[in-house]
Amino acid sequence: MNDMTPTREQREAALEGMGCKRKRVEDIRFTQGKGNYVDDLKLNGMLFGDFVRSPYAHAKVTRIDASKALELPGVVAVLTAEDLKGVNLAWMPTLAGDVQMVLADGKVLYQNQEVAFVIAENRYIADDAIQLVEVDYEELPVLVDPFKAMDADAPVLREDLAGKTEGAHGPRNHHNHIFNWSVGDREETDRAFAEAEVSIKEMISYHRTHPSPLETCQCVASMDKVSGELTVWGTFQAPHVIRTVASLLSTIPEHKIHVIAPDIGGGFGNKVGAYPGYICAIVATIVTGQPVKWVEDRMENLSTTSFARDYHMTTEIAAKKDGTVTSLRVHVLADHGGFDACADPSKWPAGFMNIVTGSYDFPTAHLSVDGVYTNKAPGGVAYRCSFRVTEAAYCIERGMDILAKKLGMDPADLRMKNFIRPEQFPYHSALGWEYDSGDYHTAMQKAMDTIGYRSLREEQKARQEAFKRGETREIMGIGVCFFTEIVGAGPSKNCDILGVAMFDSAEIRVHPTGSVISRMGSKSQGQGHETTWAQIIATEIGIPAADIMVEEGNTDTAPYGLGTYGSRSTPVAGAAIALAARKIRNKAQMIAAHMLEVSEYDLEWDVDGFQVKGNPGLRKSMKEIAWAAYNAPPPNLEPGLEAVSYYDPPNMTYPFGAYFCVMDIDVDTGVAKIRRFYALDDCGTRINPMIIEGQVHGGLTEAFAIAMGQEIRYDEMGNVLGASFMDFFIPTAVETPHWETDHTVTPSPHHPIGAKGVGESPNVGGVPAFSNAVNDAFGFLGSTHIQMPHDAWRIWKAAKELGAHG
Amino acid sequence: MTRSSFEAAARWDRPREENDVIPGEFIYHRPSSVAEALAILASHGDEARPLAGGHSLIPMMKLRMAAPEHLIDLSGVADLKGIRDEGGSVVIGAMTTQHELIASELLAAKLPIIRETSLLIADPQIRYMGTLGGNVANGDPGNDMPALMQCLNATYLAAGNGGEREIAARDFYEAAYFTALAPDELVTAIRIPVPAAGHGFAYEKLKRKVGDYATAAAAVILTRDGSTVTGCSIALTNVGDTPLLASEAAEIVTGSGLDAATVDRAVAAAEAITNPAADGRGPAEYRTKMAGVMVHRALARAFERAGS
Repeated sequence: MNDMTPTREQREAALEGMGCKRKRVEDIRFTQGKGNYVDDLKLNGMLFGDFVRSPYAHAKVTRIDASKALELPGVVAVLTAEDLKGVNLAWMPTLAGDVQMVLADGKVLYQNQEVAFVIAENRYIADDAIQLVEVDYEELPVLVDPFKAMDADAPVLREDLAGKTEGAHGPRNHHNHIFNWSVGDREETDRAFAEAEVSIKEMISYHRTHPSPLETCQCVASMDKVSGELTVWGTFQAPHVIRTVASLLSTIPEHKIHVIAPDIGGGFGNKVGAYPGYICAIVATIVTGQPVKWVEDRMENLSTTSFARDYHMTTEIAAKKDGTVTSLRVHVLADHGGFDACADPSKWPAGFMNIVTGSYDFPTAHLSVDGVYTNKAPGGVAYRCSFRVTEAAYCIERGMDILAKKLGMDPADLRMKNFIRPEQFPYHSALGWEYDSGDYHTAMQKAMDTIGYRSLREEQKARQEAFKRGETREIMGIGVCFFTEIVGAGPSKNCDILGVAMFDSAEIRVHPTGSVISRMGSKSQGQGHETTWAQIIATEIGIPAADIMVEEGNTDTAPYGLGTYGSRSTPVAGAAIALAARKIRNKAQMIAAHMLEVSEYDLEWDVDGFQVKGNPGLRKSMKEIAWAAYNAPPPNLEPGLEAVSYYDPPNMTYPFGAYFCVMDIDVDTGVAKIRRFYALDDCGTRINPMIIEGQVHGGLTEAFAIAMGQEIRYDEMGNVLGASFMDFFIPTAVETPHWETDHTVTPSPHHPIGAKGVGESPNVGGVPAFSNAVNDAFGFLGSTHIQMPHDAWRIWKAAKELGAHG
Repeated sequence: MTRSSFEAAARWDRPREENDVIPGEFIYHRPSSVAEALAILASHGDEARPLAGGHSLIPMMKLRMAAPEHLIDLSGVADLKGIRDEGGSVVIGAMTTQHELIASELLAAKLPIIRETSLLIADPQIRYMGTLGGNVANGDPGNDMPALMQCLNATYLAAGNGGEREIAARDFYEAAYFTALAPDELVTAIRIPVPAAGHGFAYEKLKRKVGDYATAAAAVILTRDGSTVTGCSIALTNVGDTPLLASEAAEIVTGSGLDAATVDRAVAAAEAITNPAADGRGPAEYRTKMAGVMVHRALARAFERAGS
């Protein structure tokens, strides 16, 4: 070896593989404004569609007259439900087994519901024409409060379901009832509560909010009437599923539909489902033969496409006096709005809410969820979380704090006492999950030591005394959260979307010169897949990540996959990538053996090639092997070097983390200042620590927003309030706290590279940490539970009610 | 062409997207003199609106809550710009931006509360466009400058086709978006009497986030002699249909040593004149109380700053 030969370490570093803080390759175009988003697309003859929307939350639509709009020059057509009935598309199926109006069919069920679709030569004319469409409404009584949905005299929202006592998820027992979903052992749970030494009960609400990606939902649909092919560019987190659904609904064969998701400016669950805008744009292009673009504005996005949460969770925990928990009983009232359009795997009407036992060893538990209709927008998507996991984590983490207070125990100590122990993994929870791996005690101890938990508690005590003496108007809260996520949906045995199993896929093709094109069934909306997927491949097959191109989102070229949401991409697509790469490496080994004239069993893998065992000087790099694969393959082996893998995960993955928030609250204004926020995440094997850190920062910022004020509110008339960024809280850099991140590593035992997924952990763990900090601050004044969101006026109101204003 | 203006031009040369703004149709005018602007205003009456920084009007046009048929952009009128020292008072052209207010050494020396307030308006990008004249003339109770101008006892110079006149800021505001300005008039400048040297000042603003209007805000100008307040002026932002001059509260404070009991009485007097709307910032009760807290804090800070 001469001095120029790179060392093993240098060769490893050159790969920029797993564990490398590789800079995001997509940021080169994003930071220069060179991304390619749906709204950047301009096609010849492209028309623009826009909606006439209902000003009322609940009303009969008695007349729609578009004649004046049609007289406006530049208006091409106005679609109503009557027109859509001709193609059987006035209603569409939802992911949750319900049906949803595409355009108002005789009535509207929420404010801003789509009533008519105006198609015009440009957006200005479309907007002018909207003002000219005359719609007569007959107002109906409005149902806003989910707790009144099942009153005997509650207004009937869904006449289309009259007489249907059986819904997609079992019996319906009221005209506004959607489903009841129960899991766990009711009898054992009731017995545990009857025998409990201590118990708590609290109604914990998780308010309605919205994923609010900066890029709203949009699409361009273009029908080629000669070839009969439909192309739809859209903001789709799951482009393949959109194509399958479009084919089923339109009866256009799947191979004649091309669905393309270009760059996406954030999704957070908002872009999983199908919306009336997509259907109308597709129908419009079929009708007109011209491409049709539909782009939501901000108000439309916030008020109509996919809210999140709106779960009202009556939470009970039974325990022994020493703090050992014995049972959990939760009832959820779930407000689904006018249609059940939750984006959950089809058999899971309440998502994975049954992860509600959290990180604790509950011997028994019972969960019951009732979904109801109200006059609000449909949705219920997983906003930066796996399906209903944020709600579950909030429920149990608030519940544990309330129990700690009742017992007079420190909330961190109570958690430590009840954690599932490392030797219990794989752990079977009382509500049916098999947790793959975890070491909760180590993570919690590391977090407590790093943040100086005990001294913070001492400081808090001193400050409480000072407050009581009138020396300060500030109180201090310490929010503790230990969450367990369930991500990676999911195993085909229990996860599908409209019958499509929730596998994912990867295809990797090594070119003769040793560079790579790879395509996946996942779809990045900002997660950095182009960077991280290349890193997995780099480590697995020894080709530098810089030489690997990653492409997603085009259903013609990418293998079929279920898309990106619920932190499923690393657990599912990430596994498919590793397995496809290993197929390539296996073939490469045969080729290397032929090249080196040894048996393949005499070879060992070394960073970026194969070497002869005991004679590392005798080696072939992947670059050399790639050339040979095409041009000098072994006899009886077909040329080429590519592989495809479809991965049906054997289990979910269970990331976890310990989060601590230290907060100072001005009781006179209700303004809360975040002094410290520490987030320890265990997402198993870490592919790119810098991207993980970025994901945690983003997720914590969203969690901060949700806990501290972000909300979709309605008044009693069903008017949606604050559907603009003036009122809907999106923190800027000024409001965003400083984040301290940390980690432990407990690999997933069933995942090929041991990775678990991380993008949504910070939202799942962040919200309870913030809320627990607010609640912890007020505990010494006698408070048990203060509902979110904790914006300044609500905190002030709590302070006032607790007598803090003297 | 400088490098930055070249880059700006290059950006604007990119094809505009249809959804950048969706106002109704309007005719755009860009006069170069006050006389020209007034002539356009006179010939179109209610159908014309002057455009200053545009940060209130353009969002309303995008939502079609405002649909002027003629938009008169005042940014080409050189006479409406600039900050002049006129001895006992400072005169600020209506089209002077908030950024220019912040950058002015003259204001920093004589009227530092203007810089303090300007820095609490929105964010730097908006302050490059937003103007003092637009902020005071639009009659939006959420704007910060109207209360400040009342606190400072400023006068608005108005020009109309009937000639020029002066309107005191304290007499200007009638209701939300209704002012003493006639439809054919423009605010051309704002004259502000310079407070005594060594005066104390504070603008306290509670807001939910950067860019938000005040939940409540209070402007205080105060002079002191030793531990006694010798003069005081207080005005409130966004806790009523108009900016509110809290004269009773100011009178209570004047002559006092700003002891706790006096401050409590002044705060109560200020709270008593508020009539805020309930909105996403909080219920009326909260916003009233926050006006009191802002007065309390502004008084304390102004007192501390005042030279005795």
